Order: sequence, then structure tokens, then C-alpha cells
Amino acid sequence: MKQLFAFIRKEFYHVFRDKRTLLILFGFPVVQIILFGFALSSEVKNIGIAILDNAHDVHSEQIISRINTSAYFQVKAPARGYKDIERRFKEGDIKCALVFPAGFGSDLYKTGGAQVQIIADASDPNTATTLTNYLNSIISNYQQELNPTAKLSYRIVPEMRALYNEEQNGSLNFIPGVIALIFMIVSTALTSVAVVREKELGTMEILLVSPFRPIMVLIAKAVPYLVLSLIDFIIILVLAVFLLNVEIKGSLVLIFAESILFIITCLSLGLLISNVTASQQAAMLMSMMGMMLPTLLLTGFMFPLENMPKPFQVASHIVPSKYYYSIIKAVMLKGLGFSYVWKETLILAGMATGLLFVALKNFKIRLS
Amino acid sequence: MKAIICKGLTKQFGDFKAVDSISFDVEQGEIFGFLGANGAGKTTAMRILCGLSYPTAGEATVAGFDVYRQQEKIKKNIGYMSQKFSLYDNLTLLENIEFYGGVYGVSRADIRTRSRELVSTLGLEKEAGKLVAGLPLGWKQKLAFSVAIFHRPRIVFLDEPTGGVDPVTRRQFWDMIYEAAAAGITVFVTTHYMDEAEYCNRISVMVDGRVEALDTPARLKQQFSTDSMDEVFYQLARGAKRSAD
Repeated sequence: MKQLFAFIRKEFYHVFRDKRTLLILFGFPVVQIILFGFALSSEVKNIGIAILDNAHDVHSEQIISRINTSAYFQVKAPARGYKDIERRFKEGDIKCALVFPAGFGSDLYKTGGAQVQIIADASDPNTATTLTNYLNSIISNYQQELNPTAKLSYRIVPEMRALYNEEQNGSLNFIPGVIALIFMIVSTALTSVAVVREKELGTMEILLVSPFRPIMVLIAKAVPYLVLSLIDFIIILVLAVFLLNVEIKGSLVLIFAESILFIITCLSLGLLISNVTASQQAAMLMSMMGMMLPTLLLTGFMFPLENMPKPFQVASHIVPSKYYYSIIKAVMLKGLGFSYVWKETLILAGMATGLLFVALKNFKIRLS
Repeated sequence: MKAIICKGLTKQFGDFKAVDSISFDVEQGEIFGFLGANGAGKTTAMRILCGLSYPTAGEATVAGFDVYRQQEKIKKNIGYMSQKFSLYDNLTLLENIEFYGGVYGVSRADIRTRSRELVSTLGLEKEAGKLVAGLPLGWKQKLAFSVAIFHRPRIVFLDEPTGGVDPVTRRQFWDMIYEAAAAGITVFVTTHYMDEAEYCNRISVMVDGRVEALDTPARLKQQFSTDSMDEVFYQLARGAKRSAD
């Protein structure tokens, strides 16, 4: 026990004296959260719009002022003509434009109908659709206010509710994904590198000749990274709650327990990688290509799995982070209990046991 | 009591006999040179004696413990140092000593007093709190040896311990080996330097997995009627069929 303690203390010295490791450990999660939370937001907000108002009457100005107050749009300098609109689309100054024809207001009074043109940059079709929807609803709201007494004989009013994320906060979805990614980096990549480093240095030989048991070497390597992973986990949760206003709905204990299970899976993977690689670079590369890419691509947090070709969907079943991702999403965002995630938990536990077994067995073989 | 006894020790990988029935004894407190060209089977034999792998046939005891059944006990009673020196660069000198002492189960009080002693005999008081990365190679080597015998083992295995070190430092290093042997520690050393072979009490030369010669350097030279160990080694190794790996 004392031996193990001496070993673990040594591992912490290594970590805290290596700037690169520290940067990966503590810089990476923060950068990821900020990147995904703010920069890579899929929400539509503050979109540049130019308005070509050939009418200049009460109605056009009313509509413009409503667009102005909406958080979705940022009204840029008025357009001077179609040429001007086209130029600004190309420059990227605006994503959409609204054109009021001359006599917009008088048309409305005289003929009871007027036209307005919405032009959107559809190079990003999702955004374009969202934008035109927003503009449409602003205009139709105004139109309804114009005829408060008018009643349509039949009307269906759809009411929408976005479950589990009522404010449609885009940051919710990626948080479990980022957590999985960080665990992969800390527990898999850093651990495998830490073991392989001893092989490269020749210190592994000394350790194996010592009475320190080989399994203890693995435990001593794994424990510090388990602790560090949990610290990272807490950092991410705190950032998510206080910076991105994510509400954690489920049981924290369950989230922690599931995370520890996943960390053990990652650690086993890391140890397995360290068994089959001889250099730190190879270990790093293998962790990146073999583990992090599938985590990014096949867990469903960046790209929906349902839209992927069948082979990818099948392949995703062997990616541990996929299960962890869906567990955390269910518990953290939907507030579900263990009874809803036991299946995924079981699969993850099975993977952890299997990987750990293979890693330990392999490690023994490598000794002789 | 003998420090090491080997009788017909054999290690076979498939059809390949890496170690082919070697027999020799090493006395307690002796400096035993274990020579052989690359691929002759030195490392394989040494791994067995260090409790890292099992022999295929034959018997051997190290510090009185059986290599088949008492590997753990062997490991407690030996020290090991390789040419890589195996110190952690981003740990300080004292931390390295503490770590290895801890791994061998030396008590904390003992670690404290012995490391103080060690640092002062090496004359490294000023460097004790500095990272090993900044130490010159020769000092690292001496430190590595001191660490290998820090837990007071009965036998210390040195695997080409002087690789890449200048002759002066090598000479100083051998002074340390003599001191350790005088203190009763058996030294089992492999080397490529024939001048070092001369420093050993007895040497064995392995060729193709077998021990082809075993005696004091003086008598070996007599036997091969030459005055240099180089020549002895060359005459023996010339007949090798295995190519160096």
C-alpha cells in the first residue's frame, strides 16, 4: 500500500511538472466548452439583415421596427437597391434582405393585399429556413394586429413545445459529448502515453524487476488519471451550469457513477493501447485516430446518427462513448433515472470489464 | 552461501535455444562479468535470474531462492540497473531516491537517513533538490547505481551500465562497484568493454547460448595464450553461428 502511494505521488509529480500535460488537462476542457458554447452555436442570433424600403410608409416602418427589436436580427444600413443587396450578400455583411415595394401601404389599403419580398442566403439552408420563418411570423403577427376584429371561420393554431430544452438552448446537447471527449483525451490518451513513456525511458524494466507487482503498476498509472478526469468533469459541469446556464435535471450521484464507469472504460482502453505501442507518438496517434475520431463522429453529438449510412450506424455500436453520451443526455438533460439507462450502463460495464481483462492479460504477456 | 547457482539452465523459444544449458555459480560478494556478443543469450539469461521470465529447463537459485517458484522473493533481494539509467528526468534527485526506496518498501525513516548519507557521499548536496534532467551523464549513472543498491540487495544486476560514458567516469563508476562488493553485495555485470572485464573477479563468455569459458581474467588470458581480453573474446566469439541482432 505504501509502495502504491509512493508510485501515485510520483505520477502526480509528472503531471504537474509537465506544462503540456497541464494544458491538455485543464486548458482543453475550458476551451472546448467555450468553443462549443459560443462559437460553434447552431442557434440563429443577431443575423445581419438589410432592408430596401421603397415604400417609406407607416406599415413598412412598423414592420422594420419590429424586426429591429427582435433578438434574431441585426438591422444593417438600409439597402440602396438590388445591386447593393447583392454586393452585401457577397461580402457576407447580411444573411437576408427584406424588400418593400413602392406603395406597400397604399396597396394594403386599396386592394387589401400587399406584397413584400424576403431574400435569404441559402448557402446554409438550415439558417435560411429558420430566418424566413422568423420574418414570416413577424409579418403575420403584424398583419393580425391590423385586423384585430377579423375572425376567420376556421383556424388551426399549432402550439409548439420543445421538450427537455424549452428555451432551445443549443449548448445542452454538446455538453455530454464534450465530457465524453475529455474523458477520452485524459483517460485514454494521457494514460497510454504515461505508460509508454516508462517503456521508452527504460524505467518500466526497473519497475518490473522490482517487487512492485505489474498489476500495481497499472493501478498506480490509472488512479491519478481517474482523479484528474473527475476534476475535469467537475470543471465542465461548473462551466456548463454557471457559464452556459445548463440545468442539471437528473441525479448528480447517478451522473458521477456513470462517469466513473465510463472513465474506467477509457482507462482500460488507454492501458490496452499502451500494451500494443512502443512509442509515445504511436500511443497518442492511436488514441486520437482510434478513439477520439469515433467519439466525435459516431456518438451522435455532432452529427445525428440516424442520418448516417448503415455501416456507420452499425459501427457506432462498438463506440463506448455513444452509450455514455446517451446515458448522460438522458440523466442530465431529461432528468431520467437509472431504470431508463440500465441497458446502456450494462453494455458500458461489459465493455469496461472486457477491455480491462484484455489489457491486464496483455500486460502480463509483455513481461516475458 | 552462493549468491547464484545455475545448473543446465535453458530457455527455448520454439526451436530456438536462446539459452542452452548453462551452469555456473557466483560467490557472495563476487564481481562476476557476464560477457557475450549481441544475441548470445545474455539478456535472456539475465531476465530469468531477475525473475522476469521462467526457464524452459534446468535449475537456478538467486540469493537462495528458486527461479521457478520464488520470483517475488528474488525481486526483493536484487537490485537492477540498465544502460538507460532509468531515472525520472522531471523528478528531483531526492524524489527519485524516495520513489525507488518506496517501491522496494524501504521505511520512510530509513529512506530519509540513507538518502542524506547517499547525497553527501556522492557530493551532490547542492543538487539534491534539483531535477535530474539537469545532471551530467556521469552523475546520473552514479546516482542510478546508488539507487539500484539503495534497498541493500544481496545481488545487483548491471546490464551494460557504462554504455556511452567516458573512460574517466567509467573508472570512477568501477570504484563504486568495488565499494559495493566490499560491502558484501554480489555484482553481476554485463559489458562490451574488455578493459572492464579485467576489473571483474571472474568472467564468463557466452557464445550461441552456451557458456564457452569461465574463469578469472588472468587465467583466461593464459588459457588462450594472449595478453589481452580482447583477443580472448575474439577467439571465442569467432566461432559464433548466430548473427548479432
